[in-house]
Amino acid sequence: MIVSRTPLSTRLWAAAIWVLVGFFVLNLAGLIGSVVTSSFATRWLGTWLPAGFTTKWYFAAWDEFQLGDVLWVTFQVVGSVVALAGLFGVPAAYALARRDFPGKKAVLLLLLLPLLVPPVTYGIPLATVLYKSGLGGSLAGVILANLVPTVPFVVLVMIPFIEQIDPRIESAARVFGANTLKVFIYVLVPILLPGVLAALLLVLVRTIAMFELTFLVAGPGSQTLVVALYYAVFAAGVRAVQSIDAMAVIYMVTTLVWLIIALRFVNPTQIVARAKRSNT
Amino acid sequence: MTVATTKFETLRLEDMSRDFGTFNALKGLNLTIRRGEFIALLGPSGCGKTTALNCIAGLLDVTGGRIMLDDTRIDTLRPEERGFGMVFQNYALFPHMSVRRNVGFGLKMRGVPKAEIAARVDAVLATVRLSSQADKLPGQLSGGQQQRVAIARAIVIEPPLVLMDEPLSNLDAKLRLEMRGEIRRIHQSLGSTTIYVTHDQEEALSLADRIVVIREGVIRQVGTPAELYASPAHLDVADFMGFRNRVPGKVIARDGDLVTLDVGDGARLIGHARDGVRDGAVGIAMARPDDLAPTDAASGIPATIETIEYRGREYHGLARTAGGLEVFFSAPSAHPVGDLVRLGADPDRVLVYPEEKP
Amino acid sequence: MTAASSAARDSGPTLAQRLRIRGLDGVTLLVVPCVLLAIALFVYPFFYGLWLSFQPKNGGAALTNYQRFFTEPFLSKTIWTTLRLALPVTLLNLFLAVPIAFRVRLMKRQRLLTTILVLPITLGTVLIAEGMLFYFGPQGWLTRTLMWLGVISQPLHVVHTYWGVFLSLVIAIFPFTFLLTLSYVTGIDPSLEQAAATLGASPAARFREIFLPLLLPGLAITFCLSFVQAFSVLPSAVLVGDPANTTRVISIAAYQAAFEEYDYSLASAIAMIMGAVQLMVVVVVLGGRTLLYRGPVAAAKG
Repeated sequence: MIVSRTPLSTRLWAAAIWVLVGFFVLNLAGLIGSVVTSSFATRWLGTWLPAGFTTKWYFAAWDEFQLGDVLWVTFQVVGSVVALAGLFGVPAAYALARRDFPGKKAVLLLLLLPLLVPPVTYGIPLATVLYKSGLGGSLAGVILANLVPTVPFVVLVMIPFIEQIDPRIESAARVFGANTLKVFIYVLVPILLPGVLAALLLVLVRTIAMFELTFLVAGPGSQTLVVALYYAVFAAGVRAVQSIDAMAVIYMVTTLVWLIIALRFVNPTQIVARAKRSNT
Repeated sequence: MTVATTKFETLRLEDMSRDFGTFNALKGLNLTIRRGEFIALLGPSGCGKTTALNCIAGLLDVTGGRIMLDDTRIDTLRPEERGFGMVFQNYALFPHMSVRRNVGFGLKMRGVPKAEIAARVDAVLATVRLSSQADKLPGQLSGGQQQRVAIARAIVIEPPLVLMDEPLSNLDAKLRLEMRGEIRRIHQSLGSTTIYVTHDQEEALSLADRIVVIREGVIRQVGTPAELYASPAHLDVADFMGFRNRVPGKVIARDGDLVTLDVGDGARLIGHARDGVRDGAVGIAMARPDDLAPTDAASGIPATIETIEYRGREYHGLARTAGGLEVFFSAPSAHPVGDLVRLGADPDRVLVYPEEKP
Repeated sequence: MTAASSAARDSGPTLAQRLRIRGLDGVTLLVVPCVLLAIALFVYPFFYGLWLSFQPKNGGAALTNYQRFFTEPFLSKTIWTTLRLALPVTLLNLFLAVPIAFRVRLMKRQRLLTTILVLPITLGTVLIAEGMLFYFGPQGWLTRTLMWLGVISQPLHVVHTYWGVFLSLVIAIFPFTFLLTLSYVTGIDPSLEQAAATLGASPAARFREIFLPLLLPGLAITFCLSFVQAFSVLPSAVLVGDPANTTRVISIAAYQAAFEEYDYSLASAIAMIMGAVQLMVVVVVLGGRTLLYRGPVAAAKG
């Protein structure tokens, strides 16, 4: 038998907190549930549940919003951003983790700033520059804009990961006669792979969900799913509410799938901030 | 407020148990600790000794039995109500407070007037020889200094009971020896009662009035250092007390509590039998490497020397019998590796245990 | 490398060796592409925007745009409108996050809860706004439930008001605030609390004397990062707010200047003002932080 010596006040306090969390989660579920229910509704006015259920809105949304095109654009943008962020970010993170050179603090600050300043603030001057240079509205412009927060993100997530790898492993490989290329292929790539994978998965989720930058830079032919969704909600009334909701559900499923995959590899706090302590 | 007073006579653990899910970390500990004693809880890591300490401190709830301070039941009290002093393995000094504020924290929590806090903190800092460091932050101190702050913080509240959780394990060998003396000195000068958790048998032997050997959540033996050193009650306690040689053999003769074992190859070992050693059955002879030496007697255990190293006063070696048994021995002079020697021991230095039931 | 080997016949270290000692070698060069990218896509646009903001579209003095912003209430009021949303939202989130983080810290299985809380971050403000239009709407489940329970007799007027945006920001940013707070809270060595308890400190005293001083610097950073997000609110202010009036936030003004009036100069000026206000709040909060303890929050160790 466990003797409980928790005072009543502590237990009441705990109960109050769980009620608060429950309230938040309940409303969140209601919010998401509303959208999902509506997307399957035949007619839903003034009742608890719709009159009937149908999947026709998904087909309607697919045609009305050219979701095929939008998804293809989203796929191209996200794929390019993930690849480029990895290509630029991982080598830089390696250099910053392994070398101490003059100006290193300045470089870190330069990479930290795009994560601290919200996208709307730097997005407007960036969009201006991109439009001036003819990249505004193009797929390339959207990809470039999305690199601004994602490359620093990869660098800052990877630095602690690389720092916790013992540099003597690389030295050992060199002492045993491996050249730089061989060290890279046989030693670094296998060791770094899990960290790179985790960082890039987070980049993927963030890029799918990145609204502000894409919104400021995208043109009609380069809208990602989330921006298309915004325009659909903004112009509500033109189209059936249910087909907008069907689109929202498609968007939700797209992010959720990747989020769940990502969460198998990373700690949730890494999504909002760089890991302060490497997990041992 | 705290219930404990310095006037208590005994602390009794009555069938104290602690489960973590299906894992029984402590399986019904019974122990009486008298005022002023220095008790060491000794055992290998994972044996439950730190769990036991945390239960006494109130940082863990017991899941069975109770803890009595004289006639007061204290296992139902929260740690802040017990009033014990505790020294943590990682010291747990508050990093944002100066040494002075760290040490004065317990007094402040008890509502002691400021002037009195200052006086008592100064006095205890003098005791641990840290008066000159009073205004530094813990991060600016060396490991040994932090250790002494942790002790000062625990004893300044004049607790009836001081609990120490492997306080020396983070220090280097030389500092460890120095702090060992310091802890013993502080214990004696305060006349407090101390429970000290360690996995280091040497530390326990040199510090404690009584040693409690714990293994797999069970108390195996309680005794003074001399008792434990000379006559461990069980095979595993003997092993823990430095009896590294474990030689099985058949009991072929008995004279009082002295039995003779036939350990194969015509060799004999004579030693004091512990409870449960039966004539004609297998017994296990235990001896320290220091007590096993090359001998001219024909009854010595024949073994081939595999390694031998110089240890200052004498040589220590490892030899192997024809049956493959490893034996550790000491010798006054060097022997070449590969030599066949006969090893024997003084019967008073050999203990014979019954074979352990699986 | 080849140039260095020919010079190696001379006595003393080669140039390459001397550079390597200062930490400059082939590996260090890996940082260059990344830095160039950040300069091209972040630093350059920022300074271009700054320069552009001093070049008014219709000519005039360099400060015309700034003068216009601060003299036209339609524009200058947006700062106040945004602060009136962002500050309470950030503070409320912080006040909710701290006690919840302290509870969650004691849980063995934090993963499920934190996963649920991550959802709103990745769903983003657009989806949350869409859901809110339904859920908080006059026919929504929340209104129906409250009316069924008899808590209210008239449908809620949340959507398309200040409170609509307020709630959407709480939902969207709380998880962010919470996860940051949780990482700070769990970073404090639990043995410090145990030590305080054995020294006689009650739960309230342990919070006041140990946790709060160690946590404040982290909370200051959490406040800044959460505030900056709330301050740049755009989609929910348009979708679930009252974008012509009580939720006409500064990013709406900037967006309209750029993409409706095509006045990139004014838009840049507004973006700069936006950045300056954010910076001011951050400096004030972090300035206060220098008064606090800022060392490690693990138990001190040599």
